[in-house]
Amino acid sequence: MSDQAIVEKLKAKFSSAVLDVVEHRGETTVTVEKERIVEVCTFMRDDCGYNFLCDLCGVDYLGKLTPRFMVVYNLYNITTKQRIRIKIPVAEEDANVDTVSTVWGTANWHERECWDLMGISFNGHPDLRRILMPADWEGHPLRKDYPLQGPDREPYQGRLS
Amino acid sequence: MGIEQPKTLGSGFVVTSLDKLVNWSRASSMWPLTFGLACCAIEMMATGAARFDLDRMGILFRASPRQSDVLIIAGTVTKKMAPVIKVLYEQMPEPKYVIAMGACACSGGIFDTYSVVQGVDEVLPVDVYIPGCPPRPEGLLYGLMKLQDKIRAERNTFGAVIGIGEVIHHPA
Amino acid sequence: MAFNTETMVINMGPQHPSTHGVLQLILELDGEIVQKATPHIGFLHRGTEKLSEYRTYHQIIPLTDRLDYLAPMSNNLGYVLAVEKLLGITDKIPERAKVIRVLMNELTRLKSHLVWMACHALDIGAMTVFLYCFREREDITDIYEKVSGARMTSNYFRVGGLSADLPEGLEQDIRAFAESMPGHIETYEGLLTGNRIWQKRTIGVGHISAEAAIDIGITGPALRASGVDWDLRRDNPYSGYEDYDFEVPVFEEGDTFARYKARLDEMRQASLIILQALDKLKPGPILADCPKVVLPPKQDVVESIEGLIHHFKIISEGFSPEPGEVYQGVEAPKGELGFYLVSDGSPKPLRMKVRPPSFVNLQGLPQMVEGKLLADVVAVIGTLDIVLGEIDR
Repeated sequence: MSDQAIVEKLKAKFSSAVLDVVEHRGETTVTVEKERIVEVCTFMRDDCGYNFLCDLCGVDYLGKLTPRFMVVYNLYNITTKQRIRIKIPVAEEDANVDTVSTVWGTANWHERECWDLMGISFNGHPDLRRILMPADWEGHPLRKDYPLQGPDREPYQGRLS
Repeated sequence: MGIEQPKTLGSGFVVTSLDKLVNWSRASSMWPLTFGLACCAIEMMATGAARFDLDRMGILFRASPRQSDVLIIAGTVTKKMAPVIKVLYEQMPEPKYVIAMGACACSGGIFDTYSVVQGVDEVLPVDVYIPGCPPRPEGLLYGLMKLQDKIRAERNTFGAVIGIGEVIHHPA
Repeated sequence: MAFNTETMVINMGPQHPSTHGVLQLILELDGEIVQKATPHIGFLHRGTEKLSEYRTYHQIIPLTDRLDYLAPMSNNLGYVLAVEKLLGITDKIPERAKVIRVLMNELTRLKSHLVWMACHALDIGAMTVFLYCFREREDITDIYEKVSGARMTSNYFRVGGLSADLPEGLEQDIRAFAESMPGHIETYEGLLTGNRIWQKRTIGVGHISAEAAIDIGITGPALRASGVDWDLRRDNPYSGYEDYDFEVPVFEEGDTFARYKARLDEMRQASLIILQALDKLKPGPILADCPKVVLPPKQDVVESIEGLIHHFKIISEGFSPEPGEVYQGVEAPKGELGFYLVSDGSPKPLRMKVRPPSFVNLQGLPQMVEGKLLADVVAVIGTLDIVLGEIDR
């Protein structure tokens, strides 16, 4: 089944929830509403065969897009060897998403990392703790308004920074 | 009256010969801790393996800090890791030495970021700095030999062992 | 008489010789049986992803070397392929560059698997294998050094090609090495495969089923040892892998011994691919002809003013891909290594996310050790072939 057919199938099932479909360099990206992400992911896994979650991450579009964040799910179908990408917009003031760790076990650590570095929390996550930063760390380093050298140090004044 | 001299056993022939004996034994059996942090640890392993063979210099890796004399900081020290390294250093018995291996341990290297300690000397006293990203095994060997030179130059080591005065690390 | 049976919590790492770096495990034990294992990571979190948002696309290549530092060129390859896809110049890469990329990538696979085998065997108590493996690894570091000038952190690939051509006479060296490799693998097998201690420590240890492995996201040799026939080199070919003839070893058992066999067979296949790549190697350009984004050949920089200007512009300002996002996965020695790049039309990426195979594979560790003996934890850490540089990034 081509990407086009998958998107049509997805649109037929979740007509109102599909916000945008973009094709860039041969890769299809579907933007859906964040409220229905678990439903969409379950549908993708069970009815479209995307049984493998490659990657899950947050992207911060501070000053470029509203709402500010996107959570990105890169899916893979081991049988047909196809990829597809699902994105959900997340607002800063309401930065929480339903967990998909019930759909794919691998989402557990990815979501913890997304919470740790990007500050997007996941409802219903079994173990939402910081994963890379120390437990007492303040702030979420991958946000665009977090300075590269950290808040407690003057930025290096060299040529490349 | 004038500058106070540090308390030592003096610098007579017998005393300096005993110092030399102590220094010789320490310099010839530097046991580093098996402790790798990042990329440099792989080069440290390669140095210990067949081609470069650290054993011929009396350098054997020990798995416990209680049995080690040298702490080779082989890799990037992060803010999460720094307290652990401090504990390891404190667990090591005297005399103990620290080698900062690689650009990250010396100065933070290319990782000028929120989570990286900009050089392990912010946490521990460092004896030898080895530049490189990662340093070649020859570089590590040279650094270890520099540390041996430093150990051989110490004074009043025998006196410190029997409880008279302190070791003078940088004799004038 | 009632026994007082409390569980005991022990801490393993971050300083432990067999945690392969700075992994910390909190193990809850009932006698010698592991009840619960909790990995703690992040002790090597260097902020690579944040740092790359402040670097131009070319300046990120050296950062990728230091992710999986056992296989630097696989990381280079994944990253440059992602950038080439983002720029839309994937089909303009010259043939010679593609072949050299495959060649170096398979040498890297051997290099990484040699360190895996050395450490895995050392952890279980077979010291000799460590010395043999590092002997062969030194040959590969010598090739690395001749090609890129560094033993480990190669920084060899460029967007659109390579930083330099292979030095003269190196092809013979690589051929001699690749031809000697199957014999060396026999030596390792002779030391381990039939060894009863090795079999007792690995057969049936750390079992994971195919369904559980897919659910947890395990990729690479660890997944293929559980019976899932999936290799990105064959299934989503990149850099001309479709032109090579190789087999993908698959085993059904899903235990530590099967993963050991799978990696050994992969090493044999890698040396075959190296020989095929050497046969394909024909003279030609090593950089794509896209002057605005790809560095000009060194000769042009010295001899022509256009070349100098393009070189200066690309080095000082970088290039700006059009806005968009791509994901590129490659079959790294440890599994699927993915780079997800988002461009906003500026010379620096808006976001670079690395999908590190070890990070996801490590997630399977609790499932593999819970209910098993404490001593098996060490074997399972070894068999997962983790490297903390890419787990923590």
